[in-house]
Amino acid sequence: MNWSTLSIMRLEVLLTFMVLYQLIADLSEKENKRSVIDFTIIFFTIITFIGFLPSENTTLFGSMYINDELRVFFKNILNVSTLIILLQSTGWLNKPENQSKTGAFYLLIFSTLIGMYFMISAGDFLMLYLGLELATLPLTILAAFDKNLRRSAEAGIKLLMSSAVSSAVLLFGLSLMYGVYGTLHFSEMALLTDASTLSIMALIFFMAGLGFKLSLVPFHLWTADVYEGSPMPVTSYFSVVSKGAALFTLALVLYRVFGSQPNVWTMAAYILSITTMVVGNLFALRQKNLKRFLAFSSITQAGFMMLGFVNSDALGMNTIVYFMLIYSLSNLAVFGVLSIVTNNTGKENMDDFNGFYSTNPRLSLIMLLALFSLAGIPPVAGFFGKFFLFTAAASKGFYILVFIAVLNATVSLYYYLLVIKAMFINKNETPIPNLPSTGYEKLALSMCFVGIVVIGFVSALYDYVMLVVG
Amino acid sequence: MNYSYTILILLLPVLIFLFIGLMGDKMKPQLSGLLGTSGLFVITLLSYFTAFNFFDHRVDESFQAIEVFQLLWLRFTDSLIIHIGILLDPLSVMMLVVITTVSLMVHIYSLGYMKGEKGFARYYAFLSLFTFSMLGLVLATNIFQMYIFWELVGVSSYLLIGFYYERPSAVAAAKKAFIVTRFADLGFLIGILILSFYTNTFDFIALTDLNGLAITQPTTAVFMGLSVTTWAMLLIFMGGAGKSAMFPLHIWLPDAMEGPTPVSALIHAATMVVAGVYLVARLFPLYSYTSPDSLEVIAYIGSFTSLFAAIIACTQLDIKRVLAFSTLSQIGYMMVALGVSGYGAEGLGYMASLFHLFTHAFFKALLFLGAGSVIHAVHSNLMTDMGGLKKYMPITHITFLIACLTIAGIPPLSGFFSKDEILVAAFEHNKIIFAVQWLVAGITAFYMFRLYFNIFWNHTPEYHHTPHESPATMTIPLIFLALASVFSGFVPFHDLVTSDGNPLHTEFHWMIAGPSILIAVIGISVAYMLYAKKNSKPESIATSLKGFYNMAYHKFYIDEVYLFITHKVIFYFISRPVAWFDRHIVDGTMNLIGNTTVYFSGAIKKMQSGQMQWYIWYFTSGVLLLVFLVMYLN
Repeated sequence: MNWSTLSIMRLEVLLTFMVLYQLIADLSEKENKRSVIDFTIIFFTIITFIGFLPSENTTLFGSMYINDELRVFFKNILNVSTLIILLQSTGWLNKPENQSKTGAFYLLIFSTLIGMYFMISAGDFLMLYLGLELATLPLTILAAFDKNLRRSAEAGIKLLMSSAVSSAVLLFGLSLMYGVYGTLHFSEMALLTDASTLSIMALIFFMAGLGFKLSLVPFHLWTADVYEGSPMPVTSYFSVVSKGAALFTLALVLYRVFGSQPNVWTMAAYILSITTMVVGNLFALRQKNLKRFLAFSSITQAGFMMLGFVNSDALGMNTIVYFMLIYSLSNLAVFGVLSIVTNNTGKENMDDFNGFYSTNPRLSLIMLLALFSLAGIPPVAGFFGKFFLFTAAASKGFYILVFIAVLNATVSLYYYLLVIKAMFINKNETPIPNLPSTGYEKLALSMCFVGIVVIGFVSALYDYVMLVVG
Repeated sequence: MNYSYTILILLLPVLIFLFIGLMGDKMKPQLSGLLGTSGLFVITLLSYFTAFNFFDHRVDESFQAIEVFQLLWLRFTDSLIIHIGILLDPLSVMMLVVITTVSLMVHIYSLGYMKGEKGFARYYAFLSLFTFSMLGLVLATNIFQMYIFWELVGVSSYLLIGFYYERPSAVAAAKKAFIVTRFADLGFLIGILILSFYTNTFDFIALTDLNGLAITQPTTAVFMGLSVTTWAMLLIFMGGAGKSAMFPLHIWLPDAMEGPTPVSALIHAATMVVAGVYLVARLFPLYSYTSPDSLEVIAYIGSFTSLFAAIIACTQLDIKRVLAFSTLSQIGYMMVALGVSGYGAEGLGYMASLFHLFTHAFFKALLFLGAGSVIHAVHSNLMTDMGGLKKYMPITHITFLIACLTIAGIPPLSGFFSKDEILVAAFEHNKIIFAVQWLVAGITAFYMFRLYFNIFWNHTPEYHHTPHESPATMTIPLIFLALASVFSGFVPFHDLVTSDGNPLHTEFHWMIAGPSILIAVIGISVAYMLYAKKNSKPESIATSLKGFYNMAYHKFYIDEVYLFITHKVIFYFISRPVAWFDRHIVDGTMNLIGNTTVYFSGAIKKMQSGQMQWYIWYFTSGVLLLVFLVMYLN
């Protein structure tokens, strides 16, 4: 342990300081926690910037911990998403009933983020598992954060129980792997992978464990209940950061460790992709509550992400990462608008949004853009994300899968348009009044807005992803 | 030389467009006009500076094309790459000068002409958008970028033609212009796709490189008796013919006169309508070396259009429509010149075509702006409502006369030189085309002076209020453009803009110039006899040629032919069956899919029961099922 180690693990170290700071700040008796919010956001912005500084490609602790440009890039995506969520959550944290819990909220958010960093940087399955648990347990508390609400408490308990099951399955998979290969080290396993029955079982169990976090069908059943029950910033965190970390980890393990045996996992991805897209869509069609609706929409989007995994070349991983980046910004924009609405009015049903455009034109336009991006309508960024994913799958000859995906994209367009129709076309006697938003919330929405509009046009970013993924 | 400042030429207009477009309602209208005009003034200076620098630096006696920027925009595959950039070569630099000059004049002129109109700020925003699109079009480094700006030009022209959107006729004209050019652009797009499929590049420099693969190894594929390259080049020309309003795609241009008159001067005289000429000139080496057949087609279409439009122009009463048909006819000249041209030392036609484009831009803009000044004074477009205006509007009168003399080809005005070069080039290539163009020169002189005498001489009708000269914002551009029309003929064009960048040796031929001056003078004299004073001779000529006169007056019924084809043939025999198919088969299938989806959605909703034990059951059995499936399939 020396200083260079600290500089390589700088993000983890800085976040640990943030956690400690929250513990101390929470001890003070002050009623007003606004200064804590400001400080946290400024400090986290600095951390986000630090993440973009160049760092060394190396391994630590006997290659338990890996640091390279790709992993730093993943962490940067998560950092930016978390920053946007922190900005969005200010309105919610300023509500009187939440003020006493500000410190706890930040504490838990940063703890799970550290867990996700370790998941991504893991060089060993044990390390990965440790990170996964660290990422999951604080999330269960966060889900139950509105502890006086029955549905929030229910969400916490359901998440805890189902993640226990998924952890069990994942651990079972890991122990089988150890049994087959005699090691859990990535670098050593990469040389040993085979397609024996036992190792297929091990790999699928592992994928199920991460698929649970990604909410792939049939491991998704917790999603809707937890999304609906959790407070809005937490739901937003689930659907973007938690999902992103799981996706990146899965990609790293599959492409980097099991890259020489792609048949097993491309097959599994093929099946999971279809089930996830189809089931996610079918459920999304019926939802009236926007949080539940977004839960199923995010399940469908996860199905699209799995589409990239059927291409086991670098192109596949490339398109997955690019898609995740765009999905994050689009989804965060939707959640940003939604959280402003629920904070002020407590409404979260689709019918409540009737006539929203007449009173809140700007928010409606951002929502429109974000939903277009999720649906994949050119020229917003979402189109390019989906387009590249479909190209990646088609280039391996999976035309039927791409056809099914296109059908599903069409169906998803229908329900995204339902929301747009509610906002712009449907009439309402008493629409939601014009809503105030704080400077932080405006900043968060502007970041998403710029991202959605610009990313599709700046090919430099795609080239950068290509370069880092290699 | 560092040309990186040229990026401003593209950025400024789009910024002005965004600014006026977003903030225009909150500013005083006059302010947005001034902002647009002063912005364009800067752009014009930058363009002149670019032109000066560019033409000042020869490399080994010739001009080299320079790619100032070349940013990678989209990379679909390794060969399908789309760039965005700025290309400077004699052609694009010359176009920069033309576009910014005319656009600046139109901006200044509009300050007076559009004063007090509703939507003044919107007008200037659209003008900036148009200027941006047009500049982007000529600066494009590859066909794809050009195509994007090509469509932007179409959109902004649509917006400007339909500026008076409360008037149904303006809306109809805007729609017509958009649909006709869009239809032509379909051909353009297919042409681009075919060309790039066989050459693997969009880049202009690579495409027109004489040693490049596109020219040295054209594809040998043949489709319906013509080589695929010829098909591609003809389809690309179809796009150009649409924008340049070549027969039979010309029908939108006369109607487009519904837009404000300065717009007609900018779009339908000097800039957008010559885009087709620019397109052919841009790809000229490709036309010349790989598909001379399509050049032949271009020459005949140009020649026919110029004659056809000139005859119609003799019969029209709306002064803007006369000018519109005259534009068609003059663009026909440019196309002819390109069609009869060779490459390099034989590139007289190429040079002549662009020379004519250059001079025509000034005198035609002058004619339109002069007509606008007249319309502004008498509040009518019809020449029957005009007459005797020369004593009321001296500046408009003199400048208009200069423009008429220029277009008629009287030396030493600029139109004489450029038209003479075209006639020489045509004479060397094809005697029939030469004869037609010579005749059209006479007709041109006739109809322009018919217009001139009817407006400024002839009898003076009862005006509601005495016409008066237009304000200085309108007369200054007229004077400037008149000077440009007089002197632009002396620009040493053969040294500057040639097909291969090398100076071209040209000679003056009295053999050609003499007869062409003669026929111009005859045309003017006939017009003088018929129209200088009010008499019954025009009537009696029209009656004696009744059938032909009527045909020409109704523009040879081409519009009616289009209407018949679209309404009676396409709507009835194609659209209706397709609509039936769409309504019953396609919609039916979609409804079926929709209903099935909803049905299944209902059928599986029990899965989301909310009960943990079931969730865990689904989870575990799902994992096992997946394992078995993968093992079975593996």
